[in-house]
Amino acid sequence: MSVILKAENISKQYRLGVVGTGTLSHDLNRWWHTVRGKEDPYLKIGESNDRSSKGNSDYVWALRDINFEVQKGEVLGIIGKNGAGKSTLLKILSRVTTPTTGSIKTAGRIASLLEVGTGFHPELTGRENIYLNGTILGMTKAEVAFKLDEIIAFSGCERYVDTPVKRYSSGMKVRLAFAVAAHLEPEILVVDEVLAVGDAEFQKKAIGKMQDISKGEGRTVLFVSHNMESIQQLCTRCVVMANGGLQYEGDVQSAIEQYLDIYGSGTLELSFPIKGKGICLNDFKILSKENILSSSIANLVLGNAYQFSLQLTSLEFDKLLNIRFQIFDKRNSLVTTLNTYHMNANFSVQPDVKMTVLCEIEKLSIAPGDYVLGIEILDLHDKKVLYSNETFYPFSVVNGDFYGFGKLPSAKNMGAFSMDFNWKVIS
Amino acid sequence: MEEQKWLYEISPKKGLLEFNFKEIWRYRDLLFLFVKRDIVTVYKQTILGPLWYLIQPLFTSIIYTLIFNSVAGIKTGAVPAFLFNLAGVSLWNYYKECLTATSTTFTTNQNLFSKVYFPRVVMPLSTVISNLLKYGIQLLIFIVFYLYFVFAEDYLVAINSNMIYFPILIVEMALLGLGLGMILSSMTTKYRDVSFLVTFGVQLLMYVSAVMYPIAEISKKVPEYAWLVTYNPLALIIESFRNMVFGTTIANFDGIWYSLVISIVTFLAGLAIFNRTEKNFIDTV
Repeated sequence: MSVILKAENISKQYRLGVVGTGTLSHDLNRWWHTVRGKEDPYLKIGESNDRSSKGNSDYVWALRDINFEVQKGEVLGIIGKNGAGKSTLLKILSRVTTPTTGSIKTAGRIASLLEVGTGFHPELTGRENIYLNGTILGMTKAEVAFKLDEIIAFSGCERYVDTPVKRYSSGMKVRLAFAVAAHLEPEILVVDEVLAVGDAEFQKKAIGKMQDISKGEGRTVLFVSHNMESIQQLCTRCVVMANGGLQYEGDVQSAIEQYLDIYGSGTLELSFPIKGKGICLNDFKILSKENILSSSIANLVLGNAYQFSLQLTSLEFDKLLNIRFQIFDKRNSLVTTLNTYHMNANFSVQPDVKMTVLCEIEKLSIAPGDYVLGIEILDLHDKKVLYSNETFYPFSVVNGDFYGFGKLPSAKNMGAFSMDFNWKVIS
Repeated sequence: MEEQKWLYEISPKKGLLEFNFKEIWRYRDLLFLFVKRDIVTVYKQTILGPLWYLIQPLFTSIIYTLIFNSVAGIKTGAVPAFLFNLAGVSLWNYYKECLTATSTTFTTNQNLFSKVYFPRVVMPLSTVISNLLKYGIQLLIFIVFYLYFVFAEDYLVAINSNMIYFPILIVEMALLGLGLGMILSSMTTKYRDVSFLVTFGVQLLMYVSAVMYPIAEISKKVPEYAWLVTYNPLALIIESFRNMVFGTTIANFDGIWYSLVISIVTFLAGLAIFNRTEKNFIDTV
């Protein structure tokens, strides 16, 4: 194994706001400084790139001092929240823009997978576009011609290959684009969240192809995605980005946990009361059905009975509410929804009265693991969201005697959930 | 660890006049496909198709003949006015197309440029080459009309040996269009004001480029402003071309060399600015 790509102190600064006359004066000032051989005055300022908090400076660092190495043949996953700097990093890697400071050294050609139809000319046929796109991505015409049949077969668009691309569906364009890129032979392939558009069959095919590329052909893939499942399937190593920096670098499983932790952080410690729009959440507890006086439980047992207890007050006038609990698993996929609407059970809250709403679960059936409870409260009258939090309350489930015979299912045979069933023999 | 052999390095450093021939050569297929794309797709889904390449200069020349020669009374000597205008218009169109297409390189291709790297200079180069092909077609039609006037109207063939300098004129036109286009395209990435300037600036430029009148005419009628034309390399190039095919004036070799110097300087300046811009334009465009 050798290092194929090395990033040293990569930083990238961006200017916020619109380009106007103010920019011209900054440009002139910057130029005047370089003429006198001084340092760029605007490099000293700049704040870390936290999307949600308002800053004082017009300049932000989209990336700050990023260092990492990629080994040959590795599939490196890059995950992080929106605005963490993933795309900026990829742009620098694919030489679309340069870093403000620092450098990247690479021992192989880098090619990136194009987004839907960029580089496709709508008036040209599929075949002509394969040639055009292939050469844009750095292949020669002969290389494309050599692989043409393979590319067409992989895309599954044989029938349309001599039709202008403007007649294609968006899915077909992605198929074609991916097919071209997948048959490129760069040493390093950069893939940025493009598979989402294709259908399930194609996604599977694409992931299989990427595995072939890295395992079979020993080439390196950098893969950005918000889909933890494909990250887990594909990647051999993973980095987590947050606010323009690298937060974690290492094995995939811990990276995903780390990422979900960042994702959920800040909401882990809820301090009541929480104010929504016109309502106030005074308290929330998960209680065992037998012992409703206990304090809130964070570790639930499979098969036991529980209740989610939410205490509410209206801050204005009487309100009819629709309450929805959603349970998400570690990969942030929705497991199930508990909605008052489905049970025809909507509640009204009144000012100055502390109402407790109970959601009773007779037999907890979701598989052991870590979960997070999300909540959304709607005003039934005007359908406005009064309070919403996708990471409201984290909890975990441990294995338990779901079936009541003292025989616990092993983790391996567990699946996503348990359900009641009967066996019968009819002769 | 042993010292690794790196293929290339991505860093903020900028080479000002870096023109990586090796890399462009590696992307020559792309250059060829862009040219093909430009030629093939322009008149897709039209009935007349490539005939449009001919219709534009022909009708422009007819109108110019009507307005500038019949109405305004500009004299073209022994040369038929229509032929005189056709020579100027087609050469001017070649320059204009190079300039306007190049000047929007960054803005029209920002989608593509923001996703994938290839030497950006391939784009303007392909523009120049595809326009050269278009000009070739227009030159053919010029020859057809030339022959028509020779046989039907008894115009005497005046093409002379100076014609060997014609390739130099073409190169000058290309360099001027490319150079100025690259400067403008770089400026447009940040300040869109420039794109407005281009659209009407080109119109104005045509009037001082001796497209529809001989330089001698303006020197005679408005000598105080003649410098606008006599120092304009475009006017000198167009006038030289007409001199080669019509033989009406004495060849102005100083003008050809002067234009060559100007066009090389413009091209180098354009290349330098283009190189500077291409690295980071995606952040400002």
